[in-house]
Amino acid sequence: MSTILIIAEHDGNELNISTAKCVSCAQAIGGNIDIAVLGNGIDAIAAEAAAIESVNKVIAVNADHLEAPLAANWAAEAVALSADYSHVLGPSTTFGRDLMPRIAALAGVNQVSDIMEVNGPTSFKRPIYAGNAIVDVDTADGSKVVATVRNASWKAAAGSGGASVEQRPASSSAVAHTRYVGLESEGGERPDLQSAAKVVSGGRALGSEENFELIYNLADKLGAGVGASRAAVDAGYCPNDMQVGQTGKIISPDLYLAFGISGAIQHVTGIKDAGTIVAINKDTEAPIFEIADIGLAGDLFSVIPELESLLG
Amino acid sequence: MKILVGIKRVVDYNVRVRVLSDGSGVDTDGVKMSVNPFDEIALEEALRIREAGNADEVIVVSVGGDECQQQLRTGLAMGADRAIQIQTPEPLQPLSLARAFLKLIEREQPGLVILGKQAIDDDNSQTAQMLAALWDRPQATFASKMVLDGNSVSVTREVDAGLESIEVDLPAVISVDLRMNEPRFVKLPDIMKAKRKPLDVIPLDELGVAIEGNIKVSHYAPPPQRDKGIMVEDAAQLVQELKNRGLI
Repeated sequence: MSTILIIAEHDGNELNISTAKCVSCAQAIGGNIDIAVLGNGIDAIAAEAAAIESVNKVIAVNADHLEAPLAANWAAEAVALSADYSHVLGPSTTFGRDLMPRIAALAGVNQVSDIMEVNGPTSFKRPIYAGNAIVDVDTADGSKVVATVRNASWKAAAGSGGASVEQRPASSSAVAHTRYVGLESEGGERPDLQSAAKVVSGGRALGSEENFELIYNLADKLGAGVGASRAAVDAGYCPNDMQVGQTGKIISPDLYLAFGISGAIQHVTGIKDAGTIVAINKDTEAPIFEIADIGLAGDLFSVIPELESLLG
Repeated sequence: MKILVGIKRVVDYNVRVRVLSDGSGVDTDGVKMSVNPFDEIALEEALRIREAGNADEVIVVSVGGDECQQQLRTGLAMGADRAIQIQTPEPLQPLSLARAFLKLIEREQPGLVILGKQAIDDDNSQTAQMLAALWDRPQATFASKMVLDGNSVSVTREVDAGLESIEVDLPAVISVDLRMNEPRFVKLPDIMKAKRKPLDVIPLDELGVAIEGNIKVSHYAPPPQRDKGIMVEDAAQLVQELKNRGLI
C-alpha cells in the first residue's frame, strides 16, 4: 500500500487551497495520507490541514528557521520526515516547484512534475511542451515518488475530516547561506487568482494602467479575481502576479472572461482547464475565439460599461 | 569570478509541437531548434554581470549529442568566453544533469551558476533546484532581478503571491524568469568570432556521473480539445447566456 506525505503550503496564517488539491491527487493514488505542516506558530494551520477529508495524520513541525518557506531549510526537514513514505507530494505552485525538486535530489530520485491524472500508484499523466502534449510517465519499481500536483487539474478535497495532529521537533537546523528578506504582495481584497471561481482578465488592448481599472471594477461587481495576459503585464498595466499563462499562473475557474486578449498559445495554456471561457475582442480573427465557449466580437471599452449596467 | 550558464537545445518556441500519431514522441523532424528561451535570459544576465566588471569569465555548458554544439556556438556569439559540451547520446533526466553539472563545478569552481527556470520542452523545472541541493548551496529560483553585493546576491523572485526578496551567499544557483532582462541579438561578426572561441567536449563517462533514470515516458498524446463555442451579438446576449448556464 502507498504511504503518502503531502508538504502543506501556507502563508503563515492560513493553509493554501493547493494542499487540499494534493489530497485529491493522493486519494486517486490510494493509501495512507499524512500531511506535514512546517513553519513557526502553525497550530491553526495544522488544524485546518487535519480537517481535510481522508487525511490520517498531520505532522506539525514548529521551528524558527522554518518560518519563511526557504527551500534549503524546508527540504532538509521534509526529507527527514518523508524517509518512510513511498510518495511525497507538493503543489506545482511556485512554492512547490521551488521546494520539491530539492527534496527529490536529496532523496536521490527525479521528480514527476505537474501530475494532472493518476493512472496508478506509480503511473501518471503530465503535460509537456506547454500542454501541447500529454505524456504517461511511470516511476521505477521501489523508487520513491516525489511529485508536484498540477493545481488546475484537481478539485480541493472537502473539509470534512478529523485527523490527529502530532507535534514533532525539527530535526534540521538553519542554513546560514540563504536569508529571507520579505514579500511584496499586490493582492489586496480580491479573491485569490488561483482559487477564484470567476476570473476577469485583461490584455494589451486595455492600453494603459488607468484603463485597467475597467477590469478591476467589473471583477469587483462579479466577485471575481483579476488576471492579465503577459502582454498586459509586460506593458506595465498591472503587476506580474496577475499574469495568467504558461509562465504565469495556470488556473481553472468556473468562469473566465478575457477582454482584449488575443489568445497566444502561452496564455491559452494557462486557462485550458477553465469551465467556461468567454472572449471579448474587437479582432474577429483573434485565436482566443478558437477556444472560447462564448465569443463576443466587440470593443471592450463599450462592452464593459454595458455589462456593468446589465449586472446592476 | 567565473559564471557557469546552462544551455539546452529545444524545439524553437514559435514551433507548434505535434504529437506523432503512434504516440512515440513529438515530431522533431526538420523542426527549428533553438536555445531554450529562459537559458538565453540566464546567459544575458551573466554577460551583463561580466560587463559590469563583477565576473571575469562566462562559460556556457550544454549536455547532449554533438548537435547541441550549435546552441553553444549561439551562446559564444552572444558573448560567452568559452563553451563546454558534456557529450551523451541519450538525453539525461534532471538528477543526472545536476550530477554532471556538479562534477563540472568541482573542476571550474564558479561563483555563480545561472540556469533558466525551466526548459520549454519537458517543462520539468528541476535541474537548478537539484544542483543546489547536491552542491549544498543556496538556490534562488524564478528570479526576475539580481544584484551582486560582494560575496552575496540579492534576488527578487516571482512567486504566486507577488515578489519575494531573498539574499544568498556565493556560490549559489540562480534560475531566471522571463522578466529578468531582454537578451541581446547576435550580430554576424559575433557569429564569425564565435567560431574561434574554445569549445571543449567532455564525454559524460569521463565525469563519472551515476545515471538515475527512475522515470520512464511510455506514451505521448495530443491534449484534449475544447468543443467549439458560440458567438453572441452583444453584452445583453452575453449576460443572458451566462445566466442560462448558471454562471452569474
